[in-house]
Parts: sequence; structure tokens; C-alpha cells
Amino acid sequence: MNYNKLHVKFGDWLVLLAGAFFTLWLASLVWHGSAADKAIIRSGGKIFRELPLSRDLELEVPGPLGMSKISIHNHQARITSDPSPRQYCVRQGWLKQAGEVAICLPNQVSLELSGSKKRYDSLSY
Amino acid sequence: MTASVIKLATTDSDHHIARMAAFALGLSVLEAAFPSPLPGVKPGLANIVTLIVLARYGWRAAAWVSLLRVLAGGLLMGNFLSPGFFLGLSGAIFSLAILVLSQHLPQRWFGPVTQSILAAFAHITGQLLLVYFWLIPHAGLAYLLPIFAAAALIFGTVNGLIAARFLQAPQISGVAAT
Repeated sequence: MNYNKLHVKFGDWLVLLAGAFFTLWLASLVWHGSAADKAIIRSGGKIFRELPLSRDLELEVPGPLGMSKISIHNHQARITSDPSPRQYCVRQGWLKQAGEVAICLPNQVSLELSGSKKRYDSLSY
Repeated sequence: MTASVIKLATTDSDHHIARMAAFALGLSVLEAAFPSPLPGVKPGLANIVTLIVLARYGWRAAAWVSLLRVLAGGLLMGNFLSPGFFLGLSGAIFSLAILVLSQHLPQRWFGPVTQSILAAFAHITGQLLLVYFWLIPHAGLAYLLPIFAAAALIFGTVNGLIAARFLQAPQISGVAAT
């Protein structure tokens, strides 16, 4: 197939290229991980506890469905158990880098890792 | 007791819009059958119809077709007035807005592929804004942005290519237009 048959005009290529750069830029902005040192645990949208990752511990967080268990071990954090039906947040496993989040939706519990410096985030300003 | 009959006067263009919307609806039902890795990531095949209608009959007809498709799709798939319906609606409104603006681009340089890519990005923008401000007001949503952007880029390009092909072949789209 040649260009004429595909009917892609010059500007279309530019837009395609711009879109690709935009996507890559977005990925580098958002997925650029850095070391985490703090776990922020939310329940029902409010911050329930902020914990340093340097100390190992187990924690129970109450939500509308029951208790979600969170453990911190070896500078990593995970949701160990949760009453939500689909268990997405549990299956996410250990969170290591700043910015990683596990959200247990029906139980409204979330676990977020954050680094020492707050990175620019396109959605919160 | 006399039976009362309500008859709405319809024009040919009403029929045409309804036919195109039905065609778009068929495509969205078709793609609903395919599983998606992430909610909201869909090919958006119905936008091909919107693009063709836009090029042939202007943005008013395209807006009718697109919004009728969202409405009828919601009724048909049983998610009318559910969050999914409003996500589709906000996406459709955002992409229509950018399509209206994109008509002012010089046609010599920019074709349906450009319009389709812009519309796809506008669609996810509309959806994600609604998700963020209504459903999940959490900054963690940002981590999905590159996935949505990549999907918009790929599907937008493919849909645009298909629309461009149809617009070039009057005998094919003529069938849908009669």
C-alpha cells in the first residue's frame, strides 16, 4: 500500500508523531519511579495513617466492608488481605517505588507510597 | 373510544441520521463483545461513522449521530444513566467539540486520520476528567494516563485510516448512505 492509497496526509503524520511524543512524555513523567520512604494509607478518601517504610509492621484498616490488612516489610508495602470481592489490590503484591498505589475499591482503602520529594503530578495541583 | 395516533413529521435527513446512528450503534455493540484489558480502553469503532458523517454532512449531523449512539447504546446495553454511560457521554461530547474545531484545519494537510487521533485523545480526556472529578478523585489515576494515551493513539490512527478509506470509496459508503 502506498501513501496515496492509505490517504495519510502530511499533517496526519505530524499529528501522529506529536501524539506518540505526547504519550512517551506522559509515560516518562508518570512512570518515572523513585525510591519510596513513606506509606500513605487512606480509608474512605481520608488519610488514615502515614507510616515510614523503615519499620516493619502489620496494620488493620477499617472500611465499609470490613478490615483490610496492610503489611510493611523490608521497605516495601502491600495489602495482605481485603474483603473486596475482586482482590485486585491484594494481587498487586508488594509496592516498592514512590507513587505506586493499591486501591481496594468497595472497601475504600488505599495504600500509596510516596518519596521524600513530591513529584509534579498532572492531576493534582 | 377512538384510538389516538401520534405521528411525528420526519424528514429525509432525520431518517439518514437515524440510519447512521444505527450503524454506529451496531459497531459499538459489536466491540462491546470483545474483552478489554482496562475499563475504558475500547477501539471506538463507532467513531468511524462519526468521522464519515462529519466529512460528508457536517458537524450537526455528526453530533446527532454520536449522541444518539451513546443514548441508544446505553439503553441497549443496559447501562443507561450508569457511570459507564456518563463516561461515554462525556467522551463523546469532548470529541465532538474537538472535531468541530478540527474542521478549521487546512484540509490540504490534515485528513480524517488527524481528526480521529484528536477525537480519541479528546475522548479519553473527557472520560478521565469525569472519572477524576466524580468517581475516583485520586492522584493514582495518573499512572494509567500513558496506557489510555497509547490506546487513543493506536485506535485513533486505525479508525482514522478506516474512515479515510471509506471516504475515498463512494461506492462502499454509498450503501450505508442510501
